[in-house]
Amino acid sequence: MSSDASKADRIRELMATEGDAVAENTRGFNEGRIESTGRLDDYEELKGDAREIKEDAIGRLPELIDRVKESVEANGGTVYLADDAADANRYIAELTAEERDADRLVKSKSMTSEEIEVNEALEEEGVEVVETDLGEWVLQLADEAPSHIVAPAIHKSREGISELFAERFDLDDPPETAEELTMFARERLGELIEDADVGMTGANFIAADSGTMLLVTSEGNARKTVTATDTHVAVAGVEKLVPTVEDFAPFVELIGRSGTGQDVTSYISTLTPPVGSPVPDFRNDADPLADGSGDDRDFHLVLIDNGRMAMRHDEELKETLYCIRCSACSNACGNFQSVGGHAFGGETYSGGIATGWEAGIEGLDTAAEFNDLCTGCSRCVPACPVEIDIPWINTVVRDRINRGEVDSGQTDWLFEELVPDEEPAGLDLGTRVVGNYETVAKLGSLAAPIANRLADAGPLRALAERVTGIDRRRDLPEFASESLVDWFERRGGAAVPADDAAREAVLYPDTATNYVDVDRGKAAVRALEALGVHVRVPDLPGSGRPPLSQGMISTAKSSAEDAYAGLALHVDAGRDVVVVEPSDLAMFRSEYEKLLPASSFERLADASYDVMEYVFGLLENGGDPGALRAPAEGTGPVASGKRVAYHPHCQARTIGVGEHATAVMERLGYDVRVSETECCGMAGSFGYKTDYYELSMDVGEPLREQFGDTDRTVVASGTSCGEQLDALLGTPPMHPVELVAPRE
Amino acid sequence: MSLADRTTFKRRLDDLGVTVTEGPRSACAELVDEAAGEPAVGVARAAAELPDRVETEPTTADLREAHTGVTAAELGVAAYGSVAIEADRAGTEPVSLFVDRHVVVLREADLVPDMPDAFEWLGPRARDESSDVVFATGPSATADMGGLVHGAHGPKEVHVVLLRDEEADGDAAGESGADGDAAGESGADESEATDDE
Repeated sequence: MSSDASKADRIRELMATEGDAVAENTRGFNEGRIESTGRLDDYEELKGDAREIKEDAIGRLPELIDRVKESVEANGGTVYLADDAADANRYIAELTAEERDADRLVKSKSMTSEEIEVNEALEEEGVEVVETDLGEWVLQLADEAPSHIVAPAIHKSREGISELFAERFDLDDPPETAEELTMFARERLGELIEDADVGMTGANFIAADSGTMLLVTSEGNARKTVTATDTHVAVAGVEKLVPTVEDFAPFVELIGRSGTGQDVTSYISTLTPPVGSPVPDFRNDADPLADGSGDDRDFHLVLIDNGRMAMRHDEELKETLYCIRCSACSNACGNFQSVGGHAFGGETYSGGIATGWEAGIEGLDTAAEFNDLCTGCSRCVPACPVEIDIPWINTVVRDRINRGEVDSGQTDWLFEELVPDEEPAGLDLGTRVVGNYETVAKLGSLAAPIANRLADAGPLRALAERVTGIDRRRDLPEFASESLVDWFERRGGAAVPADDAAREAVLYPDTATNYVDVDRGKAAVRALEALGVHVRVPDLPGSGRPPLSQGMISTAKSSAEDAYAGLALHVDAGRDVVVVEPSDLAMFRSEYEKLLPASSFERLADASYDVMEYVFGLLENGGDPGALRAPAEGTGPVASGKRVAYHPHCQARTIGVGEHATAVMERLGYDVRVSETECCGMAGSFGYKTDYYELSMDVGEPLREQFGDTDRTVVASGTSCGEQLDALLGTPPMHPVELVAPRE
Repeated sequence: MSLADRTTFKRRLDDLGVTVTEGPRSACAELVDEAAGEPAVGVARAAAELPDRVETEPTTADLREAHTGVTAAELGVAAYGSVAIEADRAGTEPVSLFVDRHVVVLREADLVPDMPDAFEWLGPRARDESSDVVFATGPSATADMGGLVHGAHGPKEVHVVLLRDEEADGDAAGESGADGDAAGESGADESEATDDE
């Protein structure tokens, strides 16, 4: 991540040229997903079913491959298992160019065919290839790559398409409206399909038991492609196999909803080829349509390995094979919404899951080109219909990239004190400084007055930007001179004695609360004590979130072990663990599953709470809301009036604790408006990096639009959300607990 | 099929912009005649099911010229407003696809509540008969040209003719093709699906 001017330039250019179209479309899809899945009573159950089917299918893939071979051959088709792209292309070229002597092959949309670059291979053999999906056709005419796995031309504007048609077809009066453009394409492509010799499709799913393939489409071009040609070639990755036809059902219900927000797309073709339809003979069209010509149809299923069988044996990448390519992870992603797949993508695939695909198919180098763009905000996790932990795949790949990038020439010894991690020497310094944020914060707090002043000094920031890639346009967190733990000890510890308390809690001194935003920690103590809780604030190690965000898994694991060791005693003593910083709570409740033994993870996850979730629980169990602060008119440092604007932290939403703050505030009489933005864009350290500063500000733009001119008091639970909102709105927000805690 | 399924099915079709007309089986030809444009081609499942003006043994030229294609649907999925079109030897798939308007004839008895039912139905057909089935939901659509447009490659309009069962459900006369007789309610109840939701 050493600052790479070309990367920042490329992102800036894409934001300017394609960003608006991509943002409008992906945000529309994302809202559509939320509405459409919201109409399903059994959404979670369907996702569970889909996940189970995929786990089972990938688990016994070799058996399913044998099975589908039998089924397709029994139906009269042929199956070819291609080791890689070259192997697949050789087979397809031989079939179409030599055996069929085809002049033209028409194609419906298939990402797998993009992956193997079959168009180029066929054109070299003299076969004309025509993309019949309207979006793909536009890209073929423009000689561009898809920017989205489902809506490939999402980055093109209507005006741009009109200009393209005018230029390519030499039109004086080109079609302009969406309707005119569509009808123009329908007519042109209709003619090309009628005269085609071979039809190529992908496959969304293939049932091994019957050889039935399922195609999810809306335009009808896949249906025409198959019907109008007597030779059908289907190209599909081996991971598309499911055991039975009945297994299709949950995917059909989920795929359109998850992707573009359609309950179901116009056409779900379930073909058991060769298909039965007669082949319309458009050249000799006086003959009857139903002439029995369907009996002579030929079908070839080309199953592609191209790295997938190896991914099956890679415990971390294996989950990628469950992906049904619905695009939910692209649409839900703040960064993707701003830049699209031309920046957030590799050779073929784009969006969060692309890191897994590209790492498995192309290799780590390709994944490394865009993997940084996953910030770990986790908003894709609840959106994924097969429950893939997409941020984890990104973290693992980042870790592998880190380890592969070792450059012994780097002068790490200078920073030895700052970066006491378990990572290989030579790891990029920006990565290491962020990854070791706990140490940086501790030292910063010790030397707070000097450190803060130095942090604002221009020449030093310029140096820091060059060495660490931390953008000088960002305000750096200001370290407190007294940590929360020290404050708590100085005040004499708990104000509510254990004997008088209904509950005992440990307020976990996460790094941000302990060293930077100490006030929200103090507010949390006051709120809990006001509700009769015996509170302790022991000195405890960091959760490991910063190193994990940089892909430093070993360091994160060791932090997790230390944090768990420090907390286990309290959990054993029956104390609840209350956390202020959502990204640290998300470690305990989610990521620790990957870092700790199962029983340790479960014990800590069950005992930990978000501070607002905990306050909510206390109120639900008879706590006196009168002990907290209701809205007050008037002024003062934290006087707010009644109206509040609240941005829940991305990871808090994912683990289901985003809404407790809203409930508590409303219970106390506040009028709360909740932001609709998935992630503020800062995403921990991401927005501090020079390469990504402008992108991060762009991702935050919808928040500025929603909250920018509000007279409401802005509250946010994450430290980095707070920094971002400060930058976007010009005033730093407070944590919800600071709003509701009694005054000092 | 339950009354609730029929109501759901009609509501979903209405949301999709699909016109529905209903009547007894005996009114099929009449309902199709009202729904079909000119010229029309079709695939008939039973004699006298379609009006004479629908060409039921079309050439490819007829198909190319046709405004409307009339076909049967094997199944309807109430929760989604989907109809299952079989790509059979008679040409149901091209007739439903290479036209501007698709008129689909569906028997109420063939309506199932939801997707899992549809795939339970499909499974044995796919395994034992290698059936090819397209679940079509509303007209062909695209948003690739800067706005939602119907009729990207396939039909721009869809019209469903929903045929009620002649006698009481599950009764003897049920399945046979001899459903042309009066039964006293010819066309009386046919109605356009309206925005009742």
